[in-house]
Amino acid sequence: MNTIISKITIAALLSGFSLFAVAGEMKDASTGNAKIEIKDFAFNPQNITVKSGEKITWINRDEEPHTVVSVGKKFQRSPGLDTDQEFSIIAGAPGTYEYFCSVHPKMTGMIVVVKP
Amino acid sequence: MSDYISHDHEHDGIDRRGFLQCMAWAGTGLLWTVSGGVLVSKTLAEVAKTGSSLSTATDLSFLQISDSHIGFNKAANKDVTETFKIALDRINAMPTPPSFLIHTGDISQLSKPEEFDTFDQILKSCRTKDVFYVPGEHDVINDGGKMYRERYLKNVQGKGSGWYSFNKNGVHFIGLVNVLDLQAGGLGQLGDDQLEWLEDDVKGLGADTPIVVFAHIPLWSVYPKWGWGTSDSERALGYLKRFGSVTVLNGHIHQVLQKVEGNVTFHTAMSTAFPQAAPGDAPSPGPLNVPAEKLRSMLGLTSVQYKQGKTALAVVDSTLS
Repeated sequence: MNTIISKITIAALLSGFSLFAVAGEMKDASTGNAKIEIKDFAFNPQNITVKSGEKITWINRDEEPHTVVSVGKKFQRSPGLDTDQEFSIIAGAPGTYEYFCSVHPKMTGMIVVVKP
Repeated sequence: MSDYISHDHEHDGIDRRGFLQCMAWAGTGLLWTVSGGVLVSKTLAEVAKTGSSLSTATDLSFLQISDSHIGFNKAANKDVTETFKIALDRINAMPTPPSFLIHTGDISQLSKPEEFDTFDQILKSCRTKDVFYVPGEHDVINDGGKMYRERYLKNVQGKGSGWYSFNKNGVHFIGLVNVLDLQAGGLGQLGDDQLEWLEDDVKGLGADTPIVVFAHIPLWSVYPKWGWGTSDSERALGYLKRFGSVTVLNGHIHQVLQKVEGNVTFHTAMSTAFPQAAPGDAPSPGPLNVPAEKLRSMLGLTSVQYKQGKTALAVVDSTLS
């Protein structure tokens, strides 16, 4: 399977409560989780490198809904994420994966997956 | 403002300079007409006081509403259903009701069935029953616009992803879809299929047929950095170049902006839900928080009047305040 997704989890946190400590922080070394904050119509960090099997989580901090959609449909797209909602994927095969917000296509990002 | 005519090539009582002056006034909430070769402008308050002085001389009037964003509940407007209701109250209070409404997209905030349901329910209170729709990107988030097409484009026999045209009182109306299959890093997009259809759709029309095009994202480059434009709109406008009067109505940017280019008038409408910043005036094009007492002055609707034999349509914006 040439997708980087082996499992999709959607954690929709409707309150302002966040599982993760610092917005914009790239990785939590203890868990191997990568976090991408969506703020001011941008993915932050825009480019991220993760290992296969790592979890990547986006959280929307804007008052506008956003989506995470893979260019070339290489991984499962997110539903529309409202404020403070999260979307997670597990990184699969090594490679470069571009994605964007289908609601605001000017918003783009890139995931580089490397071998563990 | 000077109201003499220096050039009257089309013998329609208006020259380009006068037209541009008029359009500059329209954005400030003035209604303008051409009468006996003299440009006349009135404030909306005056029109309300004297009744619809336009109606006797107008062949067609319709109303544009946009960006209702039902489901939005953030600080910029915690009650978007209420402001939508107020917009409909304004329509119901018009001395002469518009022939029909055009909704230029973003009915919903998150494409949820319950958001569309709420919109439909509130719309029932509107005296004007005929409504023509084009989707906004908020209406097509999860299913490529399938639900939207089923709900709002059934009666117009939309082609492809939902585009269509119709005629009213000699005016040719074209509803375009520029919020689907968007490309990473890109703007709004019409796509080859729709453009080919458009070329064919207008082929048989006389150059004197007034054209009204409506779509969600502006069909001119308002501010590409914020995605406020349509990548292939130039091609669409190329097919419309030969027409003497083209009026382009868009939403998406939640504020009135206009531009005149040759015979083409571009106009964007206010939202009924929340305002957005002027292009480049904020870090991003998100909802703009304004003091509660100011909100309704930044929401509104757009009325369009067409008088047969005149090339330009009168476009008038009014706020909910």
